[in-house]
Amino acid sequence: MNVALNAVAIKTLIRKEMIRVMRIWVQTIVPPAITMTLYFIIFGNLIGRRIGTMDGFDYMQYIAPGLIMMSVITNSYGNVVSSFFGAKFGRHLEEMLVSPMSNSAIIIGHIAGGVLRGLMVGALVTVIALFFTRLRVEHPLMTISIVLLSSTVFALAGFINAIFAKKFDDISIIPTFVLTPLTYLGGVFYSISLLPEFWQAASKANPILYMVNAFRYGILGRSDISIGHAYIILIAFVALLFSACLYLMNRGVGIRE
Amino acid sequence: MVTIRRLMDALSIRNLRKTYANGNEALKGINFNVAVGDFYALLGPNGAGKTTAIGIISSLVNKTAGEVEVFGHNIDRELEAAKQCIGLVPQELNINQWEKVGNIVLTQAGYYGLSGRLAQERTEKYLRALRLWDRRNDIARSLSGGMKRRLMIARALVHEPRLLILDEPTAGVDIEIRRSMWNYLRDINAAGTTIILTTHYLEEAESLCRHVAIIDEGEIIEDAPMSRVLRKLQREVFVLSLADEPDRAPELEGFRTELVDSGELEVEMGPAHTLNDLFQALDARGIEVVSLRNKANRLEELFMRLVENKQPPTGEVENA
Repeated sequence: MNVALNAVAIKTLIRKEMIRVMRIWVQTIVPPAITMTLYFIIFGNLIGRRIGTMDGFDYMQYIAPGLIMMSVITNSYGNVVSSFFGAKFGRHLEEMLVSPMSNSAIIIGHIAGGVLRGLMVGALVTVIALFFTRLRVEHPLMTISIVLLSSTVFALAGFINAIFAKKFDDISIIPTFVLTPLTYLGGVFYSISLLPEFWQAASKANPILYMVNAFRYGILGRSDISIGHAYIILIAFVALLFSACLYLMNRGVGIRE
Repeated sequence: MVTIRRLMDALSIRNLRKTYANGNEALKGINFNVAVGDFYALLGPNGAGKTTAIGIISSLVNKTAGEVEVFGHNIDRELEAAKQCIGLVPQELNINQWEKVGNIVLTQAGYYGLSGRLAQERTEKYLRALRLWDRRNDIARSLSGGMKRRLMIARALVHEPRLLILDEPTAGVDIEIRRSMWNYLRDINAAGTTIILTTHYLEEAESLCRHVAIIDEGEIIEDAPMSRVLRKLQREVFVLSLADEPDRAPELEGFRTELVDSGELEVEMGPAHTLNDLFQALDARGIEVVSLRNKANRLEELFMRLVENKQPPTGEVENA
């Protein structure tokens, strides 16, 4: 593999993705900002005042890390699935397929684009959160590593969704029926210690629970789960999903006749 | 000997087969070679297998069996090197309609590992050459159909490939733009780029290409230099505009004549005669010719016969 060529190709693809995100900023940046502002107003400010504290934190403070993580993962996923499927649908994916850039480079470029959009939106939501509450990052390195790993996991998942998608409906099925329910049940708004024992155990099968809690630990220093487990799960998911993406690309599934 | 041949060929295809998932056997084991520097026409009716063959060469379609080598690089073992040699202008528009013209070409340069000033220079060079530089900041969607085709050519050339594959590049392009594209393609071919062209405009293939292969129902039914292929066409029909308006067609020995309109005479001529013979015969009868043209494009006529009959034509001219 020509490393220099692929490095330039990845850089080019990331640049292209960033241009796309900024070109359609009304679709990519503004909606999550508005949605999260509403979450903070309704759940944090109006309802949160009646709830009081959660795990020793003001409710607004408690949900802020989960909402930031929610915006990061949904945008990382959404960016890759829409960009890659859009390229497939409009046939300009062929620009990459005929070029000598490797399949790994195509995956890495798209994933990096998704992660960057996730981080951009995450940063914006963090700024919005600071209008409503005070956040002090307890473990900065852990916060950054967890957000990067989580964002990568969902960007890879979005890539697989895009590979299999044949029509635009197919790219909204997973976010609607899988991603959103798992996010809401992933401890964004509550501590799983409030749940009956069975549902606590069931919640631990939800990978988003680990991401939200590990991220919350990074910011607030409080988590329902073991941080070591969260890292193992996230790294395993990244390895597994990247391998799956590469296998599908090498086989030409969904992209070559 | 094999090694020498491989070095000489820009493209070598051996027993290439493609059967789609629905059972359609698009290619039935085709073989052909394209020499370095050639301008090669790959012709065939719709659904003949041209685009499938091009898809396999450019790795957009997975082959079922066979070997493809591009400048000696086997696509199974040295795909990256093979891809580096190829520039593809596909039949269907495959540009991001919402992207700026300049960015489309610049991005493609990046996919081939060109960066910084070199990528910028190449982008400018090919956008200027294809007369799109003034539109570089417009989104592709705002371009006309002909401009989009030219943009795809600029994009395919930005990494300066040794083999340029054009799949119906002038479809839907007006005659003026088509002619200027022909001139440009002639220039880059003269500069050393090997070109494979598929087109439904057979006068385009006849005008540009030095070698022709005709593919039909997944099989190559003709593969020879253009001049040799055209020689197989043993009958030619000319339309002559006459200075006078004769009442009936003159009888010319060795030629079949028909008066199609007052003052317009169709003359069918076999390989035994030349145009000089025809003019001598007309002169002997005092018939003055104002102008002359071929009734049909020669390659088109041959193509139709080959595809319809699947065998080389053996034109015999009946004496009138």
